[in-house]
Amino acid sequence: MATQNTKTLARLMMAPSVLLLLVWMIVPLAMTLWFSFQNYNLLDPSNVSFTGLFNYQFFYTDRAFFQSIWNTLVIVGGVLLITVIGGIAIALLLDQPIFGQGIVRILIISPFFVMPPVAALIWKNMIMHPGYGVLADINKFFGFQPVDWFARYPLFSIVLIVAWQWLPFATLILLTALQSLDGEQKEAAEMDGANFFNRFIYLVLPHLARAITVVILIQTIFLLGVYAEILVTTNGGPGYASTNLAFLIYRTALLGYDVGGASAGGIIAVVLANIVAFFLMRAVGKNLDR
Amino acid sequence: MGSITLNKVSKVFGEAKVIPSIDLEINDGEFVVFVGPSGCGKSTLLRLIAGLEDVSGGKIMIDGKDVTQAAPAARGLAMVFQSYALYPHMSVRKNIAFPLKMARMEQSAIDRKVEAAAKVLNLTDYLERRPSQLSGGQRQRVAIGRAIVREPSAFLFDEPLSNLDAALRGTMRLEISDLHNQLKTTMIYVTHDQVEAMTMADKIVVLNRGNIEQVGSPLELYRSPRNLFVAGFIGSPRMNFVDGAYAQSKNAKTAGIRPEHLGLSKDNGTWRGIVKVAEHLGADTFLHLDVDGIGPITARCDGEFGAYHGDTVYMTPDESKLHRFDEKGLAIKG
Repeated sequence: MATQNTKTLARLMMAPSVLLLLVWMIVPLAMTLWFSFQNYNLLDPSNVSFTGLFNYQFFYTDRAFFQSIWNTLVIVGGVLLITVIGGIAIALLLDQPIFGQGIVRILIISPFFVMPPVAALIWKNMIMHPGYGVLADINKFFGFQPVDWFARYPLFSIVLIVAWQWLPFATLILLTALQSLDGEQKEAAEMDGANFFNRFIYLVLPHLARAITVVILIQTIFLLGVYAEILVTTNGGPGYASTNLAFLIYRTALLGYDVGGASAGGIIAVVLANIVAFFLMRAVGKNLDR
Repeated sequence: MGSITLNKVSKVFGEAKVIPSIDLEINDGEFVVFVGPSGCGKSTLLRLIAGLEDVSGGKIMIDGKDVTQAAPAARGLAMVFQSYALYPHMSVRKNIAFPLKMARMEQSAIDRKVEAAAKVLNLTDYLERRPSQLSGGQRQRVAIGRAIVREPSAFLFDEPLSNLDAALRGTMRLEISDLHNQLKTTMIYVTHDQVEAMTMADKIVVLNRGNIEQVGSPLELYRSPRNLFVAGFIGSPRMNFVDGAYAQSKNAKTAGIRPEHLGLSKDNGTWRGIVKVAEHLGADTFLHLDVDGIGPITARCDGEFGAYHGDTVYMTPDESKLHRFDEKGLAIKG
């Protein structure tokens, strides 16, 4: 892939897919942008008109808007924190030679294969339900009052469910990185007098830096748009306590029938995602080029 | 100080007895080389001494203290690994300083020691680089630097030169020998390369299938190998072994004669052979011959001897340098 000839050919061959992707991205984005400047409500579809920045102003003056941005960031940050720390801990454990290693690894990975609404329903009805959830049973066993998780700690409950789903992903990536650590380096550190803690800090953690970066970047992309777990469990409530930006857009579009407003929310979500991506790349992106 | 004693040390991996039982005495300041073919247990033996593997039986003593159960770091040994095992995300300075930092030494003392080690190893200009920016020889020197700052009672080298090209290997061999002369610290060196063993060692330990075949200085092993294995392993090109009538006439099952102990002539001699391949090295020529009634023989002759493929050459073994072996493959004395 070095000569002028092959470069030109490569560009030519790539052109259709690049073009298709571009259209796929540009057209919906342009349409969303267009609708965001329209007064377009499905309850009154005959009366569509240009409203300028009214939709944005509507969002900006809505208290739910800022809460939903905050909730979005809390979900992303909380889930990342739990999955990265928990993922490293579990990966370290799984890296040890244990009896039934294969089975244990499959069990650890399995939550990732459960679809988000199903996972949320399991948590809602079988684990966190104040009447017949496992956690309520445990509380009762110790003589405590059962906790109504979704009413009292709605956002924390969502974070917990989403973290449960993403923990296997983080564990898997971190485990493969851990297994690629050179055995002689570990032995050298051992001979140099580094105990387990020092080996972790000076050898394992720097080695994992790139894998952790990959985990953070990929998860952030998906966590900015958490939706199914909220819909199935709290439905964004109580009030707006567990509504993130994606869910607020859904509320505006399909509960308020406000296409224009939802489009404005979508554009704001795109901007927010880019801001997050910018800071993320500045913070951890340097780990990727080595 | 750095005398190491192995007392009936054995190592078993599952069913496989890698090392049945080894007794060995290594004196302070000696350069000892463990040599043997791949899979002979030489690396395992080194790792047992380092403490990276648990022994299955027996005792390891360092300076008279029983360290069989001691942690690797507590044994006061430093190891240089085959892959160098440098920490990739640390600069050369931090790599060399790492063992001192782990020993909680003062920063000023660490700096002093690192600078001194870098000077000895010609690494002063590279202290701020990462290992990935260094050549193979430089990485090797960093690994050695990380070992010497600890001032260990003994150095352990696990095939340290096998990843280097031939020219660099020669240079590093000299540097390690030179380092040993400067530091006068015990060094244990594992290799499968008998040239490294012969050139560097004070004492060679020849291992085969987890057993010590012979221990001695390089020339002792060369002059009087104890059995067929050592005779065949030490010396390059390897010794010729002759069975049958010729050996019986010397009262032996097998007779061994080194290629350099064959007198060559173009007119007359004890054996007559035809040159199959002639390897001209310049100063020397190795002749691979087919000898009537004996089989393939390798002979070493002067570079100017002038023998080529298909020539007929006569050989006369030097009787005083002849090695005789009995049915068990052991050398017959006298």
